[in-house]
Amino acid sequence: MIGAAVAVASTCCLGAVVPPLAVLDWHAVFFMLFAAAACGCALAVVLADNVVRMAFYLVLSLGATAGLFFLAGAEFVGAMQLMIYVGGTLVLLVFGVMLTAQAPFVSIKTSAGEKAAAGLLGGALLTLLLVAALSVEPWRRPGSVGPMEPSATPLGMALVGVRVDEPPAGSPAVGRSGYLLPFEIISVHLLVVLVAAAYLARAKRRKTPRPVEMVASVEPPVSVAEHAAIGREAPAGAPARSGSVLVGGGS
Amino acid sequence: MVEYLIDRVGLPGWLAWTAAAALAAVLILNVIAGGALVFIWAERKIAARIQDRLGPTRTGGKFGWLQSLADGIKLLAKEDLMPDGADGMLFRLAPYVSFCASFCAFIALPFAFDFVGLRLNVAVFFVVAVLGLEVFGVILAGYASASKWSLFGSMREAAQVVSYEVPLGMCVVVPVMLAGSMDMVTIAEKQAGWFWNWYLFHDPFTFVIFWVYVTCAVASVNRAPFDLAEAESELVAGFHTEYSGLRWSFFFMAEYGSMFLVSAMAAVLFLGGWNGPVPLATLAGLSEGTGDTAGYLVRLLGMVNLLGKATLGVLVMMWIRWTLPRLRIDQVMTTCLKYCTPIAAVMFAGAMLWQLFLPGGLVPGMRRPAGEIREGWLEGPGGRAAASAPTGSGDLVLVPAAQVRP
Repeated sequence: MIGAAVAVASTCCLGAVVPPLAVLDWHAVFFMLFAAAACGCALAVVLADNVVRMAFYLVLSLGATAGLFFLAGAEFVGAMQLMIYVGGTLVLLVFGVMLTAQAPFVSIKTSAGEKAAAGLLGGALLTLLLVAALSVEPWRRPGSVGPMEPSATPLGMALVGVRVDEPPAGSPAVGRSGYLLPFEIISVHLLVVLVAAAYLARAKRRKTPRPVEMVASVEPPVSVAEHAAIGREAPAGAPARSGSVLVGGGS
Repeated sequence: MVEYLIDRVGLPGWLAWTAAAALAAVLILNVIAGGALVFIWAERKIAARIQDRLGPTRTGGKFGWLQSLADGIKLLAKEDLMPDGADGMLFRLAPYVSFCASFCAFIALPFAFDFVGLRLNVAVFFVVAVLGLEVFGVILAGYASASKWSLFGSMREAAQVVSYEVPLGMCVVVPVMLAGSMDMVTIAEKQAGWFWNWYLFHDPFTFVIFWVYVTCAVASVNRAPFDLAEAESELVAGFHTEYSGLRWSFFFMAEYGSMFLVSAMAAVLFLGGWNGPVPLATLAGLSEGTGDTAGYLVRLLGMVNLLGKATLGVLVMMWIRWTLPRLRIDQVMTTCLKYCTPIAAVMFAGAMLWQLFLPGGLVPGMRRPAGEIREGWLEGPGGRAAASAPTGSGDLVLVPAAQVRP
């Protein structure tokens, strides 16, 4: 293998044969790779029947999209994509599948009518997107932007109210028109959702015992009373059963 | 390195890039795989010593050095079994998902000043995000095994990891806030100098939050006392009950890789990264920013420093594992939600206030700013000036993000 590499290298240096790989643009190659992975896995999500496999393909698709973001130099957005979509959503999705599944391996069969409707809708949206994308004339070439310094600092500054980019001319507060208000609104909104989720998920304490509990509390069956006595001290009047394993823990 | 390959060796551009990328990938892969070999041996010896045994003594000499290697060969030769009811594709892929997540996180981890696979501007965030993905492989393994033990294990793991990401994120934010950057290289550079420049000793709040980080890190990599996902006494082996052979060992490589990763992250975030407790190189008048042999040696020393700190962290995790009993699932959740999260939140606020009101520390003049020590090294948050081009922006660097005024 090393010999082959050296041979290829020497031919390149001599300039005798220029293989097509020499003009390879790695950026484009990786773009194609990630884009193909994203699209292929998205198709697989649609075509698979098994819910967990769908979730797996969705993870791959979203991960490939994160790769596209990294490729474009948007590192913060890429990490966000990994954190929120790939991590959070899919863990929750798999959770939902596992907690709600009735059979060991859930499979979803879509009917022909649903397939037709979905195909029509998806096709229409795709056509719209393609038309919009192809009608843009001056697409810049990927490499033409030049090296930039990717940084999350402007984003963070903008979220606390300091806008780093140029504000529009005639803006009332030049330099201060950040995104503080939307950020705060979203934060409070999320806080409300969190509190609500905690409220819904907590164990309910009833003021009045339910009928079943009332019956149980009036006259506990002997077995219940015995069961409740496990681990506690034996009542004073109870016959001593020192040989029993059950009472042994309490003494 | 790419320039070196193109200019000196004479490789064409595409081959140089491929070679450089492959070299970095292979190095990281070796850190994980070789590290796992050593750590598994160390774990067995430490466990044995704690339990008053000897551990492996036969294979490869007096201390059983080659035990892991022998185990590895055994695992390679072992039959790869799969349960009848399993979902074949997911069952086969799950170990690789876990391993890939662990491997990806290593890409952004700096081993020394310039020794980093890919210097990301949001490295801390990236590592936390990718570490969270490791749980996906475990969930897939548990689900695809078609075994109740596995499913229980993976459900526990999912609940635990999702919960512990919250306090872990809060702990990680504090050094980010102090450094004003999410770039791990910058964070470590800000802690240059003597050991009291480390963020662990920055103020009382960071000291407390470091221990919260340790707790959360142990929980997030599923080590005892938080190893509910593979609780041997209850679930046989948890999520990897049905695995054998090489696939099983991939789970272990991922686990030991993650342990090393969170320890290295603790070292970078709180323990000065590759800066030793005593700035030997700076005292000797050397700088790691230069491109000559001396600079290279200093960086190599830094790498030894970081690896040492991370290994120490892993050893502490082993010590914890063989000392503390396993928690129940409700105790795990209580630790996370009732203790770690509020403590982390309060310490975060405290560290913020400290940074606002006492940025110089209690003893004036003790904390020498990193910019003074390595003048002209840093150039604004996230940027690095070439060592040959000194800039006078040492004071700009030390302004934390919280204090930047428009």
